[in-house]
Amino acid sequence: MSDNQKVDKTRRNLVVATSVAGGAASVGAAVPFVASMFPSERAKAAGAPIDVDISAIAPGELKVFEWRGKPVWVIRRTEDMLAALKKSAGLTDPASKSSQQPDYASNEYRSLKPEVMVMEGVCTHLGCSPQIRTAEAKAEMGADWLGGFYCPCHGSKFDLAGRVFRGAPAPTNLPVPPYQFLSDSTLRIGDDKKGA
Amino acid sequence: MASRLMALWDWFDARMPTVGEEWRKHAAEYYAPKNFNFWYYFGALSLLVLVIQIVSGIFLTMHYKPDAALAFGSVEYIMRDVPGGWLIRYIHTTGASAFFIVVYLHMFRALLYGSYKEPRELVWIFGVLIYLTLMGEAFFGYLLPWGQMSYWGAQVIVNLFGTVPFIGETLALWIRGDYVVSDVTLNRFFALHVIALPLVLLGLVVAHILALHDVGSNNPDGVEIKKNKDASGKPVDGIPFHPYYTVKDTVGAIVFLAVFCIVMFFMPELGGYFIEHNNYIPADPLKTPEHIAPVWYFTPYYSILRAVPPLFNSQFPGVAAMGIATMILFLLPWLDRSPVKSIRYRGAYWKSAVAIFVVVFLVLGYLGVKPTTVWGQFGFDAFFLDTKDRATWVARLCTVLYFAFFILMPWYTARDKVKPVPDRVTM
Repeated sequence: MSDNQKVDKTRRNLVVATSVAGGAASVGAAVPFVASMFPSERAKAAGAPIDVDISAIAPGELKVFEWRGKPVWVIRRTEDMLAALKKSAGLTDPASKSSQQPDYASNEYRSLKPEVMVMEGVCTHLGCSPQIRTAEAKAEMGADWLGGFYCPCHGSKFDLAGRVFRGAPAPTNLPVPPYQFLSDSTLRIGDDKKGA
Repeated sequence: MASRLMALWDWFDARMPTVGEEWRKHAAEYYAPKNFNFWYYFGALSLLVLVIQIVSGIFLTMHYKPDAALAFGSVEYIMRDVPGGWLIRYIHTTGASAFFIVVYLHMFRALLYGSYKEPRELVWIFGVLIYLTLMGEAFFGYLLPWGQMSYWGAQVIVNLFGTVPFIGETLALWIRGDYVVSDVTLNRFFALHVIALPLVLLGLVVAHILALHDVGSNNPDGVEIKKNKDASGKPVDGIPFHPYYTVKDTVGAIVFLAVFCIVMFFMPELGGYFIEHNNYIPADPLKTPEHIAPVWYFTPYYSILRAVPPLFNSQFPGVAAMGIATMILFLLPWLDRSPVKSIRYRGAYWKSAVAIFVVVFLVLGYLGVKPTTVWGQFGFDAFFLDTKDRATWVARLCTVLYFAFFILMPWYTARDKVKPVPDRVTM
């Protein structure tokens, strides 16, 4: 359009209005596509609690159970292991104030029963599953190592209550899922409501 | 026969002259500087690898199954039962690493000769976008074999997005489509890997080349050949891309393919760097492998991620540092204030900075494939030592130097002592 031609204001406004409406419609059309990538109803429905038998877990032993696609650890801690927890030094969050656990696990052992530790085996850094390193692994973990967990992905270290040591990328302690004892040998993971 | 073919071409050209015009514009009459050296192979080679990946990828898609229950088995099926399947898969896995090798060398060339500087800023920006898209493409593709490294690599990288303040959790959930990496995730990564990102990649490559051909190629002297034209308007120091550089690049392609074949036939895993050993174990959501590291081309950034300690109970600072480390590349054309382009005419500041940067990048890359305990621990204790792993401290030092290279660039490039740049290219 050359400069000496007069712009027809009405037509110009119609062009602008049409473009804006078209743009808004395009954004609106993106919504169902974006929404389709969120978890489906089927994915949301999965995640029921699990009942597990813990009677076969020997003192000092760790067993892994799958709950919501994640590893959940059950460890039968020995007296030595519990004593070692008191000696854990250099923890990021020793009292688990900014960590995730149910109220009944918000104590010095982070568990309902001191000897049975239940926690999600998922590093709070980027979701890898740490590995147990007993007190014997001093050569690898350092002379002051009293037993705990080591994350192979980014080197975070945790004690046997899942409390993270400083100097590691993991910001908080390993989460404790909701759980309850149905009997001395049966544990329900994922649900802590009585009579459920 | 020849005249028949010419007649056929004339018939075609009269109906669709665009083809001939574009051929002349981008090849037969595209004048490139005559002093291209070894470093100028890697642009053409990147294009070659792109074609290799697309072709081998199409054939893999014919046999692969994007299903968490079937994926691992279908890859083994390709390796054992599909005629030539092993070859096609090794072409694709070797091609993935080769892509990053040639792209890194191509980017290093730009750094050496200032190819990102005015008027080629857009060429550089499209190039960085290609690099980032390529990282996404490699990441999505890496999940597909559904091995242990596939699974845990995806777990870690998706969780990186989960650390973004406020929206992180939702974002990670949206990327995965599930509460953990699952069949849903595999299915969508397949879609992104085989169609969405390849389309983006092709579009960006076209934009990269068009932007380059509009302003013309840089050269090892950093001289603008368009400033010196003969009577017919052709640059005196330019030669037509075709046949001169098509022939030169063919030589490069042959040497490259020879090396490619040696790796592909005799060492396709390349000691666990091109295909990680743990990826021959099917994905197990309950057990992270003993030693986990990303594929080599991500390790410099992975080292940066690992080096930054958490702040305020959040691991976001490390993730942010890693993100900024890649994004800062976009700013390179404006951070570099030097009046000259090529390293040949720059001073000691720039040369030392580039040398340090290369060492730092390689050290970060090396540390990224090793556990943090690789260099042992300090034998003493001090209040500031949040970790005694020596390698973590070296990675921290390298991270600081990596960022210093960029952040201090306006300062040291402006003060550098430069040499006079010749009017014509040198051979």
